[in-house]
Amino acid sequence: MGTLINILIDGVVYGLLLFMIAVGLTITMGLMRFINLAHGVFAMLGGYAAIWLIRQMGLPWLPGVIIAVLAIAAISVPLERWLVSRVYQRPPLDQVLLTIGIVFCMVAISGLVFGTRVSSMPFPEFLSGSLDLGFKVLPAQRILVVSVGVASFVGLWLLLEKTRFGIQLRATVDNVQTASAMGINTRRVATLAFALGAGMAALGGIVGSALMPIEPYYPLTYMVLFLAVVAVGGQGNLTGTLVGALLLGMIDTATKYLAPQLSSILFFVAIIVIISLRPNGLFGRAAV
Amino acid sequence: MTQTTVKPSLALGTLHTGRLPIPELIALVVGLGCFFAFPSNLGFMTEIVIMILLVLSLDLLLGYTGIASLGQAAMFGGGAYCAGLFALHIHNDPLLGLIMAALFGGLMAGVSGLLFLRAHGLSFIILTIAFGSLTFAVANQLNWLTGGDDGLYGYIMAPLFGAFEFDFFGRTGFLYSLGILLVVFYGLRRLVNSPFGLSAQGIREDRQRMTSLGFPVYRVMLMIYIIAGAIAGIAGALSAQTIQVVGLQSLSFTMSAEALVMLILGGTGRLYGAVIGTVVFMVVHHYAADLDPSTWMLVIGLMLIAVVLFLPKGMVQLVDMTRNKVSRLNGGAGHDNSK
Repeated sequence: MGTLINILIDGVVYGLLLFMIAVGLTITMGLMRFINLAHGVFAMLGGYAAIWLIRQMGLPWLPGVIIAVLAIAAISVPLERWLVSRVYQRPPLDQVLLTIGIVFCMVAISGLVFGTRVSSMPFPEFLSGSLDLGFKVLPAQRILVVSVGVASFVGLWLLLEKTRFGIQLRATVDNVQTASAMGINTRRVATLAFALGAGMAALGGIVGSALMPIEPYYPLTYMVLFLAVVAVGGQGNLTGTLVGALLLGMIDTATKYLAPQLSSILFFVAIIVIISLRPNGLFGRAAV
Repeated sequence: MTQTTVKPSLALGTLHTGRLPIPELIALVVGLGCFFAFPSNLGFMTEIVIMILLVLSLDLLLGYTGIASLGQAAMFGGGAYCAGLFALHIHNDPLLGLIMAALFGGLMAGVSGLLFLRAHGLSFIILTIAFGSLTFAVANQLNWLTGGDDGLYGYIMAPLFGAFEFDFFGRTGFLYSLGILLVVFYGLRRLVNSPFGLSAQGIREDRQRMTSLGFPVYRVMLMIYIIAGAIAGIAGALSAQTIQVVGLQSLSFTMSAEALVMLILGGTGRLYGAVIGTVVFMVVHHYAADLDPSTWMLVIGLMLIAVVLFLPKGMVQLVDMTRNKVSRLNGGAGHDNSK
């Protein structure tokens, strides 16, 4: 029973973290049918930016994190405009190759700049303790992940459902040509969505650095994981992504608790089984 | 994949209208020339020959059938471990080991392909990456069998055909690998121009139309996947037999990605594109070996981005461009003469 509760709680924490990082991926894939293997780069860069701002520049924690997130979102705009958008209309393979190229470059550059070891994220006093829930003691950082994760989901949901930008974004996901014909600037929507996703990933990378340590191979290590969340949740589907992320978070946590030796094998088997049975996602509409 | 690329098969067709296997003869002459010209680099050249085989298997998948896989290292490493273990525990005859590895690679591809080939696009790519990660994790887990991080070693290959020892300089190893490459290349060339190969190319061009025409698309793709897996297994076996060590990196994602880079660099959909791309990549890698791994990774990354943006059809595109320019120049000269 204790193990079950542990799996549930840690699985939810991990799942919410995966949701934060992968949600940008699902949006850009839904929007432009763009396969991005480099999305983890934004999470890693967010982590490095926050560490640098707080440790080297001496910024307080919260402003450091906020500036890091905004900086990554800002960096992603020229990247989308000048590099990524050039392969939107190209075959999936070209997108895969370009984004692998970006991953390799960023892995190499981070290794050269920050060293190949894990860079530890500074956390303020009130986040380094732990909280007693009565039946389980949770480190405060996990509570941070849960609260930021839930807030992100709610915020994104409101953004997509209640704002003008959200309407434009959903229209573009449904059909780019029609949306464009209706006078929606789909290029602008794509760029903004890309920046939003990059910022979300950076935020996830920062608050989740205790679970997924910031090091140069980060984008390669977790690449399958982020892509699998999208494949399971369905492209361009917010709730689907949350469910997919929670499911994969649970599975990964469960395998780590129950069979730590075999956890990565079991996890990959689970991913393969789920995706081969439901290639269009759990709630799959047929792929376009 | 909407561009019509009927040309390559026609171009190759002109090469093999005669009974003589001309491309293989050229490759044999070049290979033997290198054998005598660079006797101290035989180990490195053997590595190139092996990588050409792996990249050819990927070309069959991607270039001829349109199946984009990022997990071909699974079959390569699988073949390598199979050949190594076969030599260590059962029999150390190289050709027997090679056959076992080909069967094993084909089997891995068959089992995974049965599941994966129903998926398209993103899902398929993720499945192949996940399969690669799975085989890596399994080999790492079974370290009592595979040696884990230390690698699998301690087997000694029997002489080839019972006569040619695998010598310290790698002479036998190189000629053996070259011979296997020529055989596979010939077989592949026959395959891609056969009716079966043409139906595979049809699937690359338009899968839906091939389905409506009544082709057993799934079955053709599965067959191609199995053949490619077997070739990757052969490449892995050659690597295990000539280097006499099998390491975990033979199963890594980097291995799959590098093979893909070589293919894209050379150009997909032509067998000689795979050869050119591999040779260029391996030679650059060889001379960049002094760079630390990070810098080398940066070089690959930049190469990938540059190829996608500027040479989407690979280096064979350069060949085509020069050929067009030359023919235009000739045409221009003719025009001048007529004046």
